Amino acid sequence: MIAELGHFALALAIAFAVAQAILPLWGAWRSEARLMRAAPALAIGQMVALAVSFGCLVLVSVNDDFSVQNIAENSHTLKPMLYKITGAWGSHEGSILFWCLILSLCGGAVALFGRPLPASLRARVIGVLGVTAFGFELFALLESNPFARLWPPPLNGRDMNPLLQDPGLAFHPPILYAGYVGFAIPFAFAVAALLEGRIDAAWGRWVRPWTLGAWCCLTGGIALGSWWSYYVLGWGGFWFWDPVENASLLPWLTGTALLHSAIVVEKREALKTWTVLLAIGTFALSLSGTFLVRSGILNSVHSFANDPARGVFILGLLALIIGGSLLIFALRAPTLGSSGLFAPVSREGALVLNNILLCSIAAVVMTGTIYPLFADLLLDQKISVGPPFFNATVLPLATPVFLAMSLGPTLSWKRAALGPAMIRLWWASVAALIVGLFATFGMKLLPALAMAAAAWMFFGALAEIVERIRLFRVSLANSFQRLIALPLSTFGTTLGHAGLGVTVAGIAGMSMATEQVVLMKPGESVALAGYEFRLVDVHDAKGSNYNARVATIVITEGGKPIVTLMPERRSFTTQTMTTTEAKISTNFVRDLYVVLGEERDGAAVMRLHDNPLAPWIWFGALIMALGGACSLADRRLRIAAPTRATARAAARA
Amino acid sequence: MNRRLLLAVPLVAAGAAGVGFWSMLNGMREGKFDPRGVPSMLIDKPMPDFTLAGFTAADVRAAGRPIVINFFASWCVPCIEEAPTLLALARAGVPLWGIAYKDKPAATDAFLTRHGNPFAKLARDEPGTVAIDWGVTGVPETYLIDKSGIVRWRFSGPMPEGAAQFLAEKLRA
Amino acid sequence: MIRLALMFLMLAGPAFAIADPAEALKDPKQEARAVEIGQQLRCLVCQNESIEDSGADLARDLRHIVRTQVSEGKSDQEIIGWLVARYGEFVRLRPPFNWGTALLWASPIIALLAGLFAAFSLRRKAPAQAAPLTAAERKRLESLIGS
Repeated sequence: MIAELGHFALALAIAFAVAQAILPLWGAWRSEARLMRAAPALAIGQMVALAVSFGCLVLVSVNDDFSVQNIAENSHTLKPMLYKITGAWGSHEGSILFWCLILSLCGGAVALFGRPLPASLRARVIGVLGVTAFGFELFALLESNPFARLWPPPLNGRDMNPLLQDPGLAFHPPILYAGYVGFAIPFAFAVAALLEGRIDAAWGRWVRPWTLGAWCCLTGGIALGSWWSYYVLGWGGFWFWDPVENASLLPWLTGTALLHSAIVVEKREALKTWTVLLAIGTFALSLSGTFLVRSGILNSVHSFANDPARGVFILGLLALIIGGSLLIFALRAPTLGSSGLFAPVSREGALVLNNILLCSIAAVVMTGTIYPLFADLLLDQKISVGPPFFNATVLPLATPVFLAMSLGPTLSWKRAALGPAMIRLWWASVAALIVGLFATFGMKLLPALAMAAAAWMFFGALAEIVERIRLFRVSLANSFQRLIALPLSTFGTTLGHAGLGVTVAGIAGMSMATEQVVLMKPGESVALAGYEFRLVDVHDAKGSNYNARVATIVITEGGKPIVTLMPERRSFTTQTMTTTEAKISTNFVRDLYVVLGEERDGAAVMRLHDNPLAPWIWFGALIMALGGACSLADRRLRIAAPTRATARAAARA
Repeated sequence: MNRRLLLAVPLVAAGAAGVGFWSMLNGMREGKFDPRGVPSMLIDKPMPDFTLAGFTAADVRAAGRPIVINFFASWCVPCIEEAPTLLALARAGVPLWGIAYKDKPAATDAFLTRHGNPFAKLARDEPGTVAIDWGVTGVPETYLIDKSGIVRWRFSGPMPEGAAQFLAEKLRA
Repeated sequence: MIRLALMFLMLAGPAFAIADPAEALKDPKQEARAVEIGQQLRCLVCQNESIEDSGADLARDLRHIVRTQVSEGKSDQEIIGWLVARYGEFVRLRPPFNWGTALLWASPIIALLAGLFAAFSLRRKAPAQAAPLTAAERKRLESLIGS
């Protein structure tokens, strides 16, 4: 019964989506106020319908209803409750429904928080979101229905892949999807602006909070995914240039470019064409990523099961949404209105360079990811494009970004002098040199240079704040006053740039990781990186749907015990699969990482890692997301751009 | 004018990519495009030299007629699926020689007793080194060697009806 | 269905045989070299992993072959060439340099140049400076302004 309710709610949502797609756009075209006013209500209706639908899916999973095919294929009575709930978005069908849910939440958010927007723009934005939602919900209903029934129902389900039964699974997809789908809003704003035929500073102001929100979520989602593979996969890797990882990195790169580009539209009414194209492109990349993962075309650890039939449907959907928006772009972009002028050396110029570099990195990653497919199709050549390629090509492009990142915010708008700007950063370059020199003592050349670059980014990011509070140029009390009066978005910029510096430092440190793979008998010790790892014993343990062998490792430094780690090796009963649970001990500057392998003749294969600075990789991402949140919280972004009435009132006063 | 052309580039690029992906999907449905397949490096090349208990490369060449070599194992589930097809081929007179890949002799014999033995000759590649020389990535894999010892055709995975018939016809020719 | 099961078998790879210490070469320099070569070779039965990272049987066999050849003194080229002869260019994670992959390797430069070109073509030019006024025009301007 609940499944049927969910099924009906999905169909209802499609009905709302059709209305949401047609009526507001028609109303905006014909300037019919009533139709335009209908837009928010329709969006909210769709949101409620999909919330009900997804809620039904979760309920059906919690109730262990194995007559629903999705639950029979992915769940089990013994599966822990957390994974029964969160597993709803783990399967292909569930994740598509989840995607639709977030899309509808976007529409609802614009309906609820978009009141300051002019009626026609809001109607168009909601209308475009409706078109997108309609396409995906239709796909969900026709090709990946999570509510399909299975008769006769099996006594128990097939259980979820054990690798996915992990707390990371609970949070990685929702945050990541919020990022992917969140970029639908800037996309809708861009298409709406093209349809309106006008982009101005106010548009730039409105687009920014939505972009920030989606970007924060995407940053968090990618970082969480990377951290999850670090502690789940058993040998400490955190980024593999896997096609699905690349598919998430692409919208992040163009999304970052979009974030910066929108600032220029707001402040200087320039870079309009770039910004609109980036907004369309970012969402297009999100969508293409979905397509590639689910169509079976990509060779990846993440991909869902092959299904070319689904692939064709999604491809058609993409042709409609991406092709349609790019067509509108090609036709309407020339009419977007005049732009402010600026010299090549200026903050706008730096942001153009930023756009170019980030988009080039995205182009290279995209080329590397789909090249094997096209080489196979067109040239009948079977090649692999793996980490060696990406490391060799992305690093040279990323380096100018790292270097220019600290310089950009110090340049003035319209026309800047490079010399004085660089002189203002003298202390950041000194810090970078010192850090770099120290680093060469413990590291190879490339990581040492990376550390220097990281220091440059970190201290350079602080430069704007230091400048604004006139540190050491006025009294400390005065500086402090200035500090607390600074707008939050300044902290946002600083945290965002500094965070990247921290991540780069983490990656540099991680490249100096050391490891030992040894066969240990209980009582034996191994030395690694100044620590002693002693295996105490290996004993049995039992979980709700698995049996485990657990090793007890005591780590000491100079004789003093630091921590006891208990890595496991789990055998799942239903899916007959073995997974390893690595255990990590972190002091936030380095990770000690222990994995239990096979056992032979009373001894166990132990894998021991020392990962210096590894935690910083994800701290950096956290700091970046925090920066985004700060900027989002800035009051100036939430106050509407002044309308004509208030301006007249101010003039009269 | 220049500007308008430039602004149409994203659309054209996306369109080209779309056409490409559509051909890939079509190819996948028809079986012509396999993103996960690993092509064989041996096609139209002489088969690698090997010596195994059971038969050697020289024996294959000495047979004087085309031979079909099938890599299999008792622990391989798709091999069970393929067993009836191979038996039918053997009954039709196709010369099938089998190489047991990374398999304990007792287990191989039990498998052949249970599912039928279509092989005229049987060799055992327990360490799997011969298979690596052939570029084998998994079992079952089937190779057609012509009478001069050149590899002409390879099928990866359990052979469906169509592939088996194709093989039979090729041998008759 | 069977393919699904096989796929899970591959996913389980990381769990089965984490590199056995017995596999490693005695000489740490040789071992490091073997690891470096191995990181460039694709595990053919996995989804996008190198033979060093994978627990699959075939990966273990290939790791063994790499180490045997390293201890025999073969060069990197020879070892990789040996594997390419058997499995094709697909086994190399670093794509080869040939006409077929020219676009691939040139993509950073192409992308950068394309971006710079687009930025240059799309920029708004400053409005042209008006030609300086002639004497007659200046006179007319003064009479109009009335100065």
